[in-house]
Formats: sequence, C-alpha cells, structure tokens
Amino acid sequence: MTDAGTMGHDMGGDAAVDQSRRRFLTVATSATAAVGVAFAVTPFVASWNPSERARALGAPLLIDLSKLEPGQLITPVWRKQPIYVFRRPPQIVAQLAAHDGRLKDPKSAESDQPAYADNEQRSRRADVAVLIGTCTHLGCLPKQHFEPGDALLGTDWPGGFLCPCHGSRFDMAGRVFNGSPASTNLRIPPYSFPTDNTLLIGQDETTAQGAA
Amino acid sequence: MASNDAVYKPGFWGWLNKRLPVEQFWRSQVSEYYAPKNFNFWYFFGSLALLVLVLQLVTGIFLAMFYKVGDVSAFDSVEFIRREISYGWLLQYLHSVGASAFFIVVYLHMYRALLYGSYKSPRELLWLFGMFIYLALMAEAFMGYVLPWGNMSYWAATVIINLFSTIPVVGPGLVEWIRGDYGVADATLSRFFSLHVVAIPLVLLLLVALHLVALHETGSNNPDGVEIKERKGSDGHALDGIPFHPYYTVKDIFGVGVFLLLFAIVVFFVPTFGNLFMEEANFEPANPLSTPEHIAPSWYFTPYYAILRAVPSQRIGALLLLLAVLAFFFLPWLDRSPVKSIRYRGGLFKAFLGLFTVSFLALMYLGLKPATGAYVTAARVFSVGYFAFFVLMPWYSRIDRVKPVPERVTFHA
Amino acid sequence: MRKFARIALGLVLLAPLASVAAEPASETLDWESWHADNEVSNVASLQRGARNFMNYCAGCHSMKFVRYSRLAADLKIPTAQLKAHLLPSGATPADYIQSSMPAADAVVWFGKVPPDLSLISRSRGVDHVYKFLKTFYLDPALPNRTNNLVLNAPAMPAVLSELEGVKVAVFKNVEVTTDGKSTVEKRFDHFDTVAPGELTAPEYDAFVRDTVNFLDYAGEPAQVDRRSIGVWVVLFLLVFTWFAYLLKKEYWKDVH
Repeated sequence: MTDAGTMGHDMGGDAAVDQSRRRFLTVATSATAAVGVAFAVTPFVASWNPSERARALGAPLLIDLSKLEPGQLITPVWRKQPIYVFRRPPQIVAQLAAHDGRLKDPKSAESDQPAYADNEQRSRRADVAVLIGTCTHLGCLPKQHFEPGDALLGTDWPGGFLCPCHGSRFDMAGRVFNGSPASTNLRIPPYSFPTDNTLLIGQDETTAQGAA
Repeated sequence: MASNDAVYKPGFWGWLNKRLPVEQFWRSQVSEYYAPKNFNFWYFFGSLALLVLVLQLVTGIFLAMFYKVGDVSAFDSVEFIRREISYGWLLQYLHSVGASAFFIVVYLHMYRALLYGSYKSPRELLWLFGMFIYLALMAEAFMGYVLPWGNMSYWAATVIINLFSTIPVVGPGLVEWIRGDYGVADATLSRFFSLHVVAIPLVLLLLVALHLVALHETGSNNPDGVEIKERKGSDGHALDGIPFHPYYTVKDIFGVGVFLLLFAIVVFFVPTFGNLFMEEANFEPANPLSTPEHIAPSWYFTPYYAILRAVPSQRIGALLLLLAVLAFFFLPWLDRSPVKSIRYRGGLFKAFLGLFTVSFLALMYLGLKPATGAYVTAARVFSVGYFAFFVLMPWYSRIDRVKPVPERVTFHA
Repeated sequence: MRKFARIALGLVLLAPLASVAAEPASETLDWESWHADNEVSNVASLQRGARNFMNYCAGCHSMKFVRYSRLAADLKIPTAQLKAHLLPSGATPADYIQSSMPAADAVVWFGKVPPDLSLISRSRGVDHVYKFLKTFYLDPALPNRTNNLVLNAPAMPAVLSELEGVKVAVFKNVEVTTDGKSTVEKRFDHFDTVAPGELTAPEYDAFVRDTVNFLDYAGEPAQVDRRSIGVWVVLFLLVFTWFAYLLKKEYWKDVH
C-alpha cells in the first residue's frame, strides 16, 4: 500500500488491468461461495425432516388379531393415518371377482400397493384385510357397510365402504366402484404377520426395521 | 431520471425498471455510491453487523418452528431441538453464538465511531439511529435469553425486571405490569416470545434501514475524518472516493470470510466459550426456589451490571446504569473538538479514550464476578473512569491541542 | 477483543491434569484438582458407562431426554444387545430413559426426588460429577450416615460403596492466618478405607470415569459430530477466504 494520498483513483485507466485474472478469481470465489451456500442450506432443509420423536411414534405397530371376529373392523392409527383392519368371511372373498365389471380398477393397475397385494383380494391373507382408511378422493374416512344387500346402497351391494363426504364406494378389498368421485383404490400400507395372530403394520420385507 | 419517458433497456429488465427503480437503486446505492478509499480494519464491522443480523433472523425463524413457548414446555423443547431435530443442535448454537457475535461486532463498530469522530456533524442522526439499534438489540438479547427458561433465564429476568421498581412512584406497579404476574412466570415468557420473535425484529429492520439511509445521505466518514465530498473531480465524484461496488463489495466479502472462519471455530469447537456464551446454570430448568450461586447477565451487559452494583443504593445504581447507556446519545454534542479523527487529536482525548476503553473492559470483567471486597472497589474506580470520558469531554475536547487535518485522505500501511 | 483472546488462550493452554488415586496418609489428598479426563469419542468407554448407569443409577435417576434407540445408534450397540442388557422390562427402544422410582416414594425415602441426569454434565461439569462419585464417606453424625466432600450432607446414599468400599474422612487441625490473626480450622486430609469393595481402587476409578464419560455424552450427544463437521467447515472457510483475499487484492490494485 502506498502513502501520499494525492493519487485520485482511476477506473480502468493507466495500468493494464488483468481482466482474465479478475474473471478467474471472481469465478473461483463465486463458485466456492456457491458450494458453501449449498452446504449451509443443508441443515436448515434437513431440520424439516420428521424428528426423532415423529419417527419413534411412527414405528411399526403390533396388533393382536386373536379377538378379531369375522366382519369386525378395527381402526388402529399408524403414522397419523387410520388403518382399516378387518376379517373377511370366506364367502365374501369368494365373491370378490363377481363384481369386477362395476369397478374402475379391478386389477389395481393404478393403485399404490406393495407386491404381495397384487392378487384378487389385495392382501397377503384372504381372511384379513389391511387398508389405509383414507378416501382416495379428498381424504375423509369411509364408513363400513359390510352387509351385502344394504338398504341404503341397493340389493346388489356386495359389502364394502361408503364415504360420507362425497359418496365414493369401495368393496371389501378396498377397490373403488364406478360412479365414485374417487378414482383409485384404497391404498395399502406395508405390513406383515409375525405370527398367525399378530399383525405388524409398517414393517414388511422391503422395510427392514420398519421404515426409518 | 425517473420519468416514464426515459429510455429503458429492452426485454424483461426494461419492463421491470419501468415499474420499479431497480437499476437506479443499484447505481445510486452501490455501484455509483462513492465511499472514501482509505477504509481500514475498523470499517468491516458495519457490513458484518448486517450479516449477523441476517444470520440471527434466519436461525431464529427456524428455531421458532420447533420451540414451544410456555413455562412447562420451553426448556424441554430446546433440548428436543438439540437432540431430536436434524441439525437442531447446529441451529441452536448458531443462534446463541450469533447473539454474542452480534455484540462483539456492534461494540467494535461503535468503537470505530469513537476513534474517528463518526458521530460528529453532519452524522449526528446516523449516530442516534445506531444508538436506538443498540437499545433494541439489548432488549432483544435480554428477552431471547429468557426463552430457554433455564434457571439463569428465570433469575436474570427477575433481577433485571426488578430494576424498574426503582422508578419513583410507578416502579412497583410497573414491574407487575411488565411481568403480568406476581413473579416472572408463564405470562412473562409468552410476551417476551412475541416481542423477541416479531416486534423487536421489525423495529430493528426499520432502524437499520433508517441507519443506512442516513449514512448514504451524508456519506461515510473515514479514518482521517476528512469530508471527501468537499473535493470533487471533473466527473462530479469525490476525488478520494471509490465506488462501493466493486471495491468494497470485494473487500467486505473477504471480511465476511475471516469473520465466518472465527465464528465457525467457536460454533463447532467452543460454543459455550467457557461459560460466557451459554451459562452452566441454564442447563437446569427454571426454579423459583433455587437461586444460582452467581447471578450474572451475559457478558455484553456486564459493564453496566458492574456500574449498577458499584453503588450501595439500588435506586442510584439503577439510575447510573441508565445514564451509562444514555451518555452515548449525547456524544455528538459533548465533543467540542474541531477535529474528528483521533489521528489529529491531542494527548488529552487519547488519554480519556484510553481510560474509557480500559474502564469498559475492566467493568465487563468485574460484572462477571461477585460484588464483594476488592471487586466492588475496583468497579467504583472504573465507573469513574467510564463516566469521566463523557462528563469531562466538553472541557478536554475543547482545550485539547489538535494537529492540522490534511486536505486529502492518507493511507496507513 | 483482548479479553476474548485471553480467555481463548487460557482454554487452549489448560492441560488436563492426571487423576490422583488415594494418597498415602502423610500427604493431604488434593481431591479438588481431580479431573475426569474423559474422551467422548471412546465408544467402548461409553458402552461401559451406559451399562454402569443402567445398573446403578437408573433405578432412581431418569434421563428423560435420552432415547434408548438413539443411545444404541450412537454407541454402536446392536438392538439385540440393547434389549438383552440395557433395556428395562416393559420399555421399548423408542422410549426415553425413565427411572422406576415413583416420585412420591422418593420424597418419603430421600427428602427429594432424585434429579434427572440428562444434563448434569453440562450444568455442573464432568469434573464435578467425577469428584462427587469419588468422595462419598461414612459419617456417623448424619441421619443417613453418608457424607460427601463435593455436596455436604447429600440426600443420595453411597450407592457405589459395594464397588468402591466404605471409607471415612480424616480431618486435621490446620492453623490458618488471616489479617495477622491465627485460628485453627478442621480441614479434610485424607480417606481411610474401613471396608473393601468388589473393585480395586484403579478399577473403581475406571468405573467412575466410564460413567462420567457416558454422562458427558448424554449431556450433548451431538458433540462428536459437531467437532468432526467443524473441521470440514473451517477447512472450507480457509479456502474461501483465501480466494476472497486474492480477489480483493486484485481489484484494489486499481486504488493503490
């Protein structure tokens, strides 16, 4: 640094300004700064991930099925969602294919489900159904109407669910009927049966220790 | 050239500038705003203060997403943030170390004004805005420290709010009104949360904007105290000025790098800074029945705390504390020197500024200690040294022998 | 600025002092200068400390901010071992560490509820806790016959005496001169062992150090991550600041 402040400054004047060096240094500094900003943003974004408490509360849920009667529906909550767990009598299961023609997606091509649900009854075991009890239209809880030939729903009603909000109807495998505002079948959570009489919601072969 | 008949560049930029003076603002405030070319080390701290303000706002916004205000939930929610939110510990340390960093930067920023007479005409209003920012910052920091609802939070709040009881007539009622309860309680915490997160940040932003507008109106002072606008070149710009962009943007970015380096070392390796930035007692929940062994405010308040305790009377001590802060407001009018910068002042000013500096730092240390024995005696001595700087200034600044001020700025190696 | 440089320098220069085992009776035991000297990065020590805590402390003291699952992850304890050795019956890995003692009973038995220990290493310091666990002694004068050099007449019984053994404190009369006046004071001199414990003195010392190490980890589980991330951040900022400096010098050639 020189002394004697009698020099006025010069804007790109006498001495040759090394523009390429300036450009290089500007790029280098800016690039480093950009990398720094990206790293600095990470903790802020990461802080929005579910907290350890949320993940702990979202751990897999063990349900005792020994007292579940045929035709009975229970609704445990897993990860803040209602899970419909119900026992289907064999005659209902046998009749599931009969009304395929009245369904929007009888083979569940469009629906969100694990591989072991790719069968007619959309479940690992025919007798126990596990579905996410949230209407795929706008999220209300469909109400159970398990009796075939219901007074409200008509004599050809095979049994299933009716959503009270906008009238969507689902069968005993959670498949959506034609004429419903909902367009996809009820979704299916990951689940498995550790023993014959217990159901573990939230854990199957793909999610090793329950989705973390 | 703000009329809509002006020629605008084509495309989106022209469309935008016809409706919002973006380019004009950039030119007048940054790329064609001329600042003195002899800024030194002491001139980094304004932009650093702005950086820390942004840091506190951003980390504070994120902390407020997880913090749960309330006397039963606040302490636990802060530990929850530290342990169970991803990188919550980092957000929390950035904010707590940031608060102390804010005061380090602001004190150095203010000290520059003392060194170079930046508070003198025509910059008195700039200085006053700065002083109001300082007051708002102290309130913000005080309330922020209460929010974790640790034992020191509780007792510091109790002691400081009790100071207001010294105000004649209205004091005791005022204290109860501030607290919203018979002791510092949930009501106090809730209102402090609202003030800390919403009200005072808005006030701070407004004051900082006014501070910058006032600065750009007069232009910056400089280490020689020379008014650069008095000598203009043929292009209409000050001979000793250089455009803020690119010269000071590039210099301030370097300053930011150095600051962040030091800041990161503290945040990642010594975030409590030996009990100064985060006190041990605050890792226990608030307990109205158990006072910590030493109640002390955070280090940035301790000079005033030492002055408060130097006097045996609580009322006079509180008054002196108030005067110690208010004294700064009067500097532009206490200083009768014809010269701005310490470089051209005489020995008297240098001696008194030196005395003030030593006293301020000594009081800061003494405020952290218990108020007993030799500590109190020392606090009394240094309180006198502190006030002497202000009270005697009209006299010594007038009679002090000054050196001739150069016409053009100088560079010191 | 000067003040903080002094403090930082002081912290850097503070060398950890070696621990002091029981001194021969002729020298006064300098227990006040003992340091825990623990290393939170030593996972094996933390594992032992966790086991010690669950076996000897968790009966009365909770750690309400510490989850078993988080502990297992940080201390690299497989879930099977967690469930077998650390998890009390009835607790799941996602639970916080709660003590089994009902608060009302604790008040009746001890006069106060045993404090939660999640943050004890931060509110009192590791050295304080280390000294506390090593200076319990038998004192027949007190109702619960237990005293402690760090905390006078503690409500806590000497729960580790089965490991450490039982000791008594021996006081000496010491002449103290202040302002020219001499008085005689009773000052602590050393401990005498009256009954041996299951562990030898070095074994007990290691036991306490592991436990204090665990408490240090529990007070701030993120600290190891904090320091390792910090190294990268500082290195990055050195590179950035260097580029910024070169850029500044290049542009400022115009001015000088």
